[in-house]
Amino acid sequence: MSTLASLTAHELAARYRRGEAVPTEAVTEYLARIDALDPQVRAFLTVTREDALRRAAEADARFRSGAPRGPLDGVPIALKDVLCTRGIRSTCGSKILERFVPPYDATVVARLFAAGAILLGKLNMDEFAMGSSTEHSAFFTTHNPWDLARVPGGSSGGAAAAVAADMAALTLGTDTGGSIRQPAAFSGVLGLKPTYGRVSRYGLIAFASSLDQVGPFAKDVEDAALMLQAIAGADPMDSTSIDVPVPDYRAGLAEGIEGLRLGVPAEYFIDGMDPEVERAVRTAIATLEGLGARTEPVSLPHTEYGLAAYYVIAPAEASSNLARYDGVKYGLRAGGARDLIDMYSKTRAAGFGTEVKRRVMLGTYVLSAGYYDAYYGQAQKMRTLVRRDFERAFERVDLIVAPTTPGVAFKMGEKEDPLQMYLNDIFTIPVNLAGLPGVSIPGGFTQTGLPIGLQLIGRAFDEALLLRAAHAYQQVTTWHTRKPPLEPAPR
Amino acid sequence: MTRISLEDVEHVARLARLDLSAAEKERMRKELDGILSYIDKLRAIDTSGVEPTAHAVPVTNVMRDDTECPSLPQEDMLANAPDRHGELFRVPKIIEE
Amino acid sequence: MNNNKYETVIGLEVHAQLSTATKMFCGCRATFGAAPNTQTCPVCQGMPGSLPVINRRAIEFGIMTSLAIGCRVNVRNRFARKHYYYPDMPKNYQISQYEEPLAEHGHLAIEARDIGIQRLHLEEDVGKLLHEGALETAQSSSVDFNRAGVPLMEIVSKPDLRSPDEAAAYLKALRAILVYLRVCDGNMEEGSMRCDANISLRPVGQAEYGTKVEIKNMNSFRNVRDALDYEIRRQTRALETGERIVQETRLWDPDRAVTVSMRSKEFAHDYRYFPEPDLPPLDVQPAWIDAVRARLPELPSARRARFQHDYALSAYEADILTQGRGLADYFEAAARGSGKPKAVANWVLNELLREVPPDDDRAVAASPIPPAHLVGLLRLMDDGTISGKIAKDVFEKMYRSGETAEAIVGREGLTQVADEGALGVAVDAVLAEHAKVVEDYKAGKKAALGFLVGQVMKATQGKANPGVVNRLLVEKLPKG
Repeated sequence: MSTLASLTAHELAARYRRGEAVPTEAVTEYLARIDALDPQVRAFLTVTREDALRRAAEADARFRSGAPRGPLDGVPIALKDVLCTRGIRSTCGSKILERFVPPYDATVVARLFAAGAILLGKLNMDEFAMGSSTEHSAFFTTHNPWDLARVPGGSSGGAAAAVAADMAALTLGTDTGGSIRQPAAFSGVLGLKPTYGRVSRYGLIAFASSLDQVGPFAKDVEDAALMLQAIAGADPMDSTSIDVPVPDYRAGLAEGIEGLRLGVPAEYFIDGMDPEVERAVRTAIATLEGLGARTEPVSLPHTEYGLAAYYVIAPAEASSNLARYDGVKYGLRAGGARDLIDMYSKTRAAGFGTEVKRRVMLGTYVLSAGYYDAYYGQAQKMRTLVRRDFERAFERVDLIVAPTTPGVAFKMGEKEDPLQMYLNDIFTIPVNLAGLPGVSIPGGFTQTGLPIGLQLIGRAFDEALLLRAAHAYQQVTTWHTRKPPLEPAPR
Repeated sequence: MTRISLEDVEHVARLARLDLSAAEKERMRKELDGILSYIDKLRAIDTSGVEPTAHAVPVTNVMRDDTECPSLPQEDMLANAPDRHGELFRVPKIIEE
Repeated sequence: MNNNKYETVIGLEVHAQLSTATKMFCGCRATFGAAPNTQTCPVCQGMPGSLPVINRRAIEFGIMTSLAIGCRVNVRNRFARKHYYYPDMPKNYQISQYEEPLAEHGHLAIEARDIGIQRLHLEEDVGKLLHEGALETAQSSSVDFNRAGVPLMEIVSKPDLRSPDEAAAYLKALRAILVYLRVCDGNMEEGSMRCDANISLRPVGQAEYGTKVEIKNMNSFRNVRDALDYEIRRQTRALETGERIVQETRLWDPDRAVTVSMRSKEFAHDYRYFPEPDLPPLDVQPAWIDAVRARLPELPSARRARFQHDYALSAYEADILTQGRGLADYFEAAARGSGKPKAVANWVLNELLREVPPDDDRAVAASPIPPAHLVGLLRLMDDGTISGKIAKDVFEKMYRSGETAEAIVGREGLTQVADEGALGVAVDAVLAEHAKVVEDYKAGKKAALGFLVGQVMKATQGKANPGVVNRLLVEKLPKG
């Protein structure tokens, strides 16, 4: 159907440089694809058509005058609606922020604009990033481009689906317990969660402060490197962003993985996981060995407890971060309240969905008097044990390879039991608890054509090695080049 | 063993400023009970002598100088106000608990 | 009012707004008087996505104060979230400190006693709530967030105070230190320094504390004393009639001079404290503390003692002269410049302090009479150029104009006349005019001499040297 929109960002940039295309053409194509496909996929909450075309024209001019800003100049991107964009509504997937228009840009957004990236729109998500399917968006559900009856994963479902369906060249999502990696796996794209503190959280509407990280969805590894390069680096507005130098993420991409030590964690191959997923991941491991890596078994014995710890820590921090949504200064205010407290309670009841309420209640409970030590205190100690598991493993290996999820994209409405839904994140959560970087890359397909994700986990601030290994894998596999069988809706 | 009673749910809903219907309260009670049972496995582990991790990457003393950054214009800060009263945010009458 | 049967136990909680240029966790200005909601940003207004960043100067002010009140600074301390819902709370949690405060276990001397200080910690202030009339009757309220995020230092005393007088003395001493350190301007009426009290009674001899009641809304030393006096009477009455003291918060109503219960139920807020995940902990190493200690000015009590010792001032004089660091500096500069500390003290206490308040550093510094000018005035008196009476006029003229004493005396010809010849003529004229008084003097009325001196002073427009006048009169008057 289109040519420019099917390219990766780095291929597009090459066309711009060679004068074979201009940003306005690419943006126009992407917008046309959104018009044609998004009625079915429903990845976008807001499409910023005029803004995109205006920015495209500005980028055109820069290329004409021979002074482009860099590799992201003129590249059409989209952002999970959890990131504040000045003058553009940012809903966080929630009714309580349905009409909220931030007066400021998140730091990562400002950095992308400074690099010349062009915003196509804001993307659908589970409300306040709480969910694994995007079914908990207050507005509508996003559909998996590979099978529209299935979920794209969550909470960054829109961001994953947009890249999968070539409705954006690159997107940004966020990952607190797997919300980039899991939808990447379900939607057949690359999703990278950087080390905690690698990327600024200023302007990221907070879910769980000690776990949230912003990261890219991309069509291939080089694109992910491009995006990470633009957003990584300490930010004086975020005290938890770490002042570690940002390497050139593209520099060593093609160096290969000869001699690399890969750990295979026993605890990540569990009973009840989808046998096709297991088979695909084991095949991938063999592929990596074929490229020169040496694998050995490692053990991460506290993996299971990690899930329990997460479901104390994340809701606790979330209940606190969401206390501000009260109808006073911004967002929804419920009408007909008798007094202030009534206004608070009615507003939050009307503005929050079921999953959010559930986690706010859980979080409030575990922080309430008498329960702190038993739950939150204990969970933070469990976190230390999870972190030590990884530290011990990384004494012997350089990267850990594992499945991203125990299964593939499930049908909408299939996982109604919250606990069932939470178990989806069992392979991704420990990485957030330990603050380590993790990437999910396309690692195969099921017999019925559903994507399977392969996860690589690295040491803190070792994204370069993660990307190098992923790149090596993508040189000898073609999973990442496959496109979903989407047809534009009949008019 | 029920970990959480209906009263607990009502107490927590008050703390969290959430209006829940009777049906919601009961469903919440069941769901939270299930989740808490799952979480209870945490208690089985001996964590004596283990330091809690509050921050994944330990740093200290992140501070800024006492120098001014321009505040945002009043219009920007009031623009999203659900009930604006001139230059102020208005709220319904406050009753002490 | 002290009761024989019951012992009063008081603890004070002081919140001091720090005099930093910017807020605790963002770069908005921390000053007052701006139009509502013009000194805010996404951080202090608690917008989605905002994050706090610690103001280093606020921490230093906290360390400085901790050292001045003998607290042990905790090497490792951190911020925590304190949750409660209120419209003046932008995030519905306040970033404060809980289990790991900046400093603990200090002391403050009042009279001859040491009052224990439990802890000192930092937190952010809340916005300002406005309503028509009383909170209880207002149909709505409005919020201005300019004040939200201003740094607050909370100092909690141990329950060591035993009377309202002691409470007032403690507050006064604490305030003096804060103002001296220039970490807070100490203005209780404007709210830059606030005080809440916890007060309970127990039978004399009982070790267990009685039920404590929290008292708020005391915005002056007087109000603190009055409110606590009232509470003692109220609680005593209750105990005597067998009534149970309810653990509650009460507001002082200065108009009706009573405390009024704020909450009908006795229940404690569940603040759901947990460590602030957006802020890494603080690690206050000895080197940092030493650097702050080196910058500590001499504290009021030490300076007071030194003034008494070095300058032979009375306790009363030293007390007033050390009420403000600016005034104390002024006094010392003038005392050293003139070599006559007692004289300087008199002039400062009796004349300068009619124009400026003792603890207003800015007014003292802006005074039209800098220390050097005062020294000049005193020198003119010492060398006889002008009399003491003329000097008072000159002082006032100096204050209006900012000129030196020499300039004014020179221009207005106020030089004292000491020439015996000229004065002899004036004396003769007065003696001639007041023959009756001369007779009185001869008859033994010594007071007549004073009258005659006065007449000569009047005749010379006050410029006569009174000593010379006195001597000449005595010489010329007939002996009785």
